Amino acid sequence: MTTIFQPDHATIAGVSEPAKSRATRRVRGLSDRTIAWLFVAPTIALLLAINIFPLIWMIRLSFTSLNLSMSYLPLRVVGLDNFTDILTDEDIWIRLQTTAQFVIWSVVLQVVIGFALALLINRQFRGHSFWTTIILLPMMLSPAVVGNFWTLLLQPQIGPFNYLISLFTGVPPSSFSMTGQVSLAPWTIVLVDTWMWAPYVMLICLAGLRSIPDYIYEAAEVDRASAWRQFWSITLPMTVPFLMLAVLFRAIENFKMFDMVNLLTSGGPGSTTELVSITLKRAAFEKWRTGYSSALAIILFVTVFGAANIYVKVLNKVKQR
Amino acid sequence: MRTFNWFRSSAATTVLGAALLGIFGGGEAAAQGRQLTLCWAAWDPANALVELGKDFTKRSGIEMKYEFVPWTSYADRFLNELNSHGKLCDLIIGDSQWIGGAAENKWYVKLNDFFDKEKISMDDFVPATVVGYSQWPKNSPNYWALPAMADAVGWTYRKDWFSRPEIQSAFKVKYGRDLAPPKTYDELKQIAEFFQGREIDGKKVYGAYIFTERGSEGITMGVTNVLYNYGFGYDNPKKPYQMQGVVNSADAAKGLEFYKELYKCCTAPGMTNAYMQEGLDAFKSGQVAMQMNWFAFFPGLYKDPNVGGDKIGFFVNPAGANGHFTQLGGQGLSVVATSDRKDDALAYIKWFAQPAVQQKWWQLGGYSALKAVVDAPDFPKSAAFAPQFLESMGIVKDFWAEPSYAQLLLDMQKRVHDYVVADKGTAQQALDLLVKDWAKVFKEQGKQVASQ
Repeated sequence: MTTIFQPDHATIAGVSEPAKSRATRRVRGLSDRTIAWLFVAPTIALLLAINIFPLIWMIRLSFTSLNLSMSYLPLRVVGLDNFTDILTDEDIWIRLQTTAQFVIWSVVLQVVIGFALALLINRQFRGHSFWTTIILLPMMLSPAVVGNFWTLLLQPQIGPFNYLISLFTGVPPSSFSMTGQVSLAPWTIVLVDTWMWAPYVMLICLAGLRSIPDYIYEAAEVDRASAWRQFWSITLPMTVPFLMLAVLFRAIENFKMFDMVNLLTSGGPGSTTELVSITLKRAAFEKWRTGYSSALAIILFVTVFGAANIYVKVLNKVKQR
Repeated sequence: MRTFNWFRSSAATTVLGAALLGIFGGGEAAAQGRQLTLCWAAWDPANALVELGKDFTKRSGIEMKYEFVPWTSYADRFLNELNSHGKLCDLIIGDSQWIGGAAENKWYVKLNDFFDKEKISMDDFVPATVVGYSQWPKNSPNYWALPAMADAVGWTYRKDWFSRPEIQSAFKVKYGRDLAPPKTYDELKQIAEFFQGREIDGKKVYGAYIFTERGSEGITMGVTNVLYNYGFGYDNPKKPYQMQGVVNSADAAKGLEFYKELYKCCTAPGMTNAYMQEGLDAFKSGQVAMQMNWFAFFPGLYKDPNVGGDKIGFFVNPAGANGHFTQLGGQGLSVVATSDRKDDALAYIKWFAQPAVQQKWWQLGGYSALKAVVDAPDFPKSAAFAPQFLESMGIVKDFWAEPSYAQLLLDMQKRVHDYVVADKGTAQQALDLLVKDWAKVFKEQGKQVASQ
């Protein structure tokens, strides 16, 4: 371990002799373990400072009545009141349902479209790299940019999206609003999220498809298995772990989804597309209900963490099979 | 070699960085006390204030820096700043509803002693602005801000369309009266219905533009203009915080129903989440006949080459069945308690309060709240919208200014938007739920909330 600190001749060429020997002595005096700790200590300190400490502080705050817009009020310890309030609040359950629907539909669509794109891109054809780059473009954009330009695209009077729909259906373009109608807004956020993230699922699936050895297909060809049979018996089963990984990543991300939806609909019309992350942001940074929002954040964290753990266990079982 | 060079260059970079920080940090320290940062919203009057501020710099030698934030994130950004005791702003033009929280949390410097010392009298300002922007508790002689930007909701209309003979006669045939700026909301709805979908100069136009924004304060600042005039109140004047039957009275529910009818019948498509800027865009592009918006924007609209001048007219928020009020806007100028340059900030307030400066403020496009300016005999003739502004400032009502105003506001945003835009439930149910939400907030704040 220490050897990596011993400079070669080229390295020490520009350093004076006393300084050289001092540095070497100092480095030689440290054990491997100490040096290892020295390397990881800054990372651990940073992690403690920006992750663990705020988490512990948040847990503490979740049992209090703290409201930052009224910080002159005495801080009261309210026990589990915040948690009870949240879990008995009908609105929160509706927000959780809205979030679950958004997660399920967007992940399902992204997996289906992403997998289909991966199957297409996996073939060798002219302009393959060009089309791969084009497909990957949406996921390279910032969600804020995506939210803003889709807002313009979906604008009922000047946005091209409504004109496109009108072209195919004959419905007047300004007669419907994708982000302003209760029946359409939830599908709009699913659509935009799918547009943005299906390429990401495609990438993961592509890695899965490329990992299947050719000889398996060659053996299937020898056995005269049809393309359909090869897909069902080789391609799909061997990419399932990758698909499950994609589902895990996208589900966690979409459960936390905030920026894009906030820009597209602000949770509206009414509260139709108000995901639980928007509710949390409003409680924490607009209503300043710090105690309450800390409790809500903990509930959401435990939910995602628990669900992800169960899922990973299932994923491992699938991999072992 | 590379390793040591890297260490060396890193060290050199660090030293250079530290030196640069020292230079600039030191520079800032040297300039401390001679530079003030004023925080406000990014809108037309802010540009006027920048222009006005040049005089202050000339006279005092104190340089003015500005931190302007778009309206949609104005409250988030600056309340966060105040909450975290930040030092970004020395002076802040804070929204009227912040005054309770700012006073209770000691975010602002109390100005009573300063006003006494400098002979600045609140009697010299329009009473509604003093109560709205400066006092906490309301109607008590405790001042936390100087009324800086008087504002209220008003209306603009296409005067050129209203005056066209063919449109006038068509209107008269349909409604049996002359087409003129509406005095009541029923009249306004009739006019909006009349223009809705009509073709003018080969272009389809719409009746009215009203606020519907969900995220910050938009729909609340719009709907209250109707609710007040139908009988809505915040609480029983005799029993503070008793909201049952006041917020959700049958008349208030009628007002809410009316706002929804107006939204459904007479607005342009897609206006489901629209506030000030969308209204300005709609009006400037010749899309709507009438527009609800803040007076603060009217100087800019009047100057607009396409819809301003002779083409634009202004009217006061129409009356309803049970009254005639309008929503108060506007802000007061305060010194931030955490500022290191309080004395200079107070010097700015002293300068800003002078009648000559207030007069210039009005001329540049700001709205003075000083009586000497607005009560001057030539004031009504000083701008096309001045008479309407004066009348409006006499009938203003404001939203809650409690420390918990943000919670109260967001609750109202949700309940009203759910009903008006998302078609959820009835008006009565929306207001009943609002009473429940508000009662909960006040109870958390430790207030006694009487149910009857």
